[in-house]
Amino acid sequence: MTTAIEVSDISKQFVLRHTRSIKEAFVWLVKGRKGDLSQKFHALEDVSLDIRQGESVALLGLNGSGKSTLLKHISGVMLPDTGTVRTRGRVAGLIEVGAGFHPDLSGRDNVYLNGAILGMTEQQIDDLFDAIVDFSEIGQFIDTEVKFYSSGMYLRLAFSVAVHTNPEVFLVDEILAVGDEPFQKKCIAKIMELAAAGKTLVVVSHDLDLVAKVCERGVILAHGKIVFDGKVDDAVAHLRGGSI
Amino acid sequence: MSTSELTTPGLGAGLRDVLRSRFLLKLLVAKELKVRYRGSVLGILWSYVKPGVQFLVFWFALGVFLGMNRNTENYAIYLFSGIVLINFFNEALGNASRSVVGNGGLIKKIYLPRELFPVASVWVSAVHFLPQLLVLLVACLFAGWTPGFFQIVAAVAGFVIVALLATGLGLFFGAANVYFRDSENFVDMLLMIATWASPVLYTWTMVRDGLATAFSTGTASVLLVLYQANPLTIAVELFHFAFWLPTTSEVTDATIAVPPNLLDMWLPIGLATALLVTVLGQWTFRRLEGRFAQEL
Repeated sequence: MTTAIEVSDISKQFVLRHTRSIKEAFVWLVKGRKGDLSQKFHALEDVSLDIRQGESVALLGLNGSGKSTLLKHISGVMLPDTGTVRTRGRVAGLIEVGAGFHPDLSGRDNVYLNGAILGMTEQQIDDLFDAIVDFSEIGQFIDTEVKFYSSGMYLRLAFSVAVHTNPEVFLVDEILAVGDEPFQKKCIAKIMELAAAGKTLVVVSHDLDLVAKVCERGVILAHGKIVFDGKVDDAVAHLRGGSI
Repeated sequence: MSTSELTTPGLGAGLRDVLRSRFLLKLLVAKELKVRYRGSVLGILWSYVKPGVQFLVFWFALGVFLGMNRNTENYAIYLFSGIVLINFFNEALGNASRSVVGNGGLIKKIYLPRELFPVASVWVSAVHFLPQLLVLLVACLFAGWTPGFFQIVAAVAGFVIVALLATGLGLFFGAANVYFRDSENFVDMLLMIATWASPVLYTWTMVRDGLATAFSTGTASVLLVLYQANPLTIAVELFHFAFWLPTTSEVTDATIAVPPNLLDMWLPIGLATALLVTVLGQWTFRRLEGRFAQEL
């Protein structure tokens, strides 16, 4: 099997406190630039991870362990301080469903805008438009401005666009399923379908039962380091056991 | 399965990526145009009303009160042809400088060529510039304007210089604004200066004569060259050459109505400067964009 995502030895530091005042910067300069102007902490530290094509991987860990940061490095939103990330094929994500939606545009305009933001071409959106609307069950409201949508409708449409972008690598942050229970079942079925079709999936979620169902492999992060990498059931057991 | 190569995500090809995502650019521009005047009764008419009122204010204050009407033939056309171009620059640069921070929510979550946002801002301003240009053209035709080949070249060059300049500076200040929000205030100040530092409201001969009275001959000529090398001055004079000059009669001395060597010397200098600014802006933007997601 070929590698879909290759993360080698990446580290990322974040600045804890940003100094934005001239006074502080001036004092620091006068004192001969002693010490750091701001504290830093490692969000990721020497993380290496290879994901093969067609694998479905769950990134697990407590809040602040670096899961979302790792996902942002894979999508290219962030660049590592050291180390390299390489991916094969188009990467798209359900990272924050609806990030590209504009409340004053109609559902139709938003489907096109968000589809294009996620990397679809005009032709692809034209072809999939009906499928996107059908899946979202928005129906006649597609030409209404999305600010008048209920929050459930909004999320369903956004999820539907994202799930139809058809990339080689799929990144999912928290939002595995949206809407009411029947729709959530539909979302999960769709994601399972993508996994079965040989798409590479990387999922960040706290819903352990759900990821155990969707993913095969589990990777646990703690304080910016990988502490466990193996079968998802073992990872879940590991995490539930509280041994990290 | 896919046989494509492993690539590093997040490393774009700069402005070339914008060319590649023309469809997204088109949608971003359409979005801006749609939401700009949302919920307003006049809608797109505001693009006519605002410059119209601004023109009237300047025309009364400078043309009538300060006497510009008396010593400049067709001062109304002279004034308006400069104002439309400066308005385009002001709107383009002002919005481009805010575009990266304004789209922070998106930039933090999804990777896309971030140059799209400043470029889209300039594009939207160009769309708003069109109706003003139309009004200018109608006024010119009433004043007996007949365009020739050189007039059209000058008008296109003036527009291209301003568009490139706004894109380059917009990329620079848009990226800098992520780190220091002082950037957008600095741009506001710059825009205020821009209106007065180019011959929009007055004529370039007034600058020449004023400098000659205030400074020694050597200093005055250096300052005049600096003044004329400003790409905005060049662009505004190109617009005067294209739209105002053909409407004037023999009362106006055509040899000094616009600066000498405008087409054969200043035009290439203006284009080259604007191009250099775009390249530098793009270079700075690429140096800074790697940390956008964590700084926003």
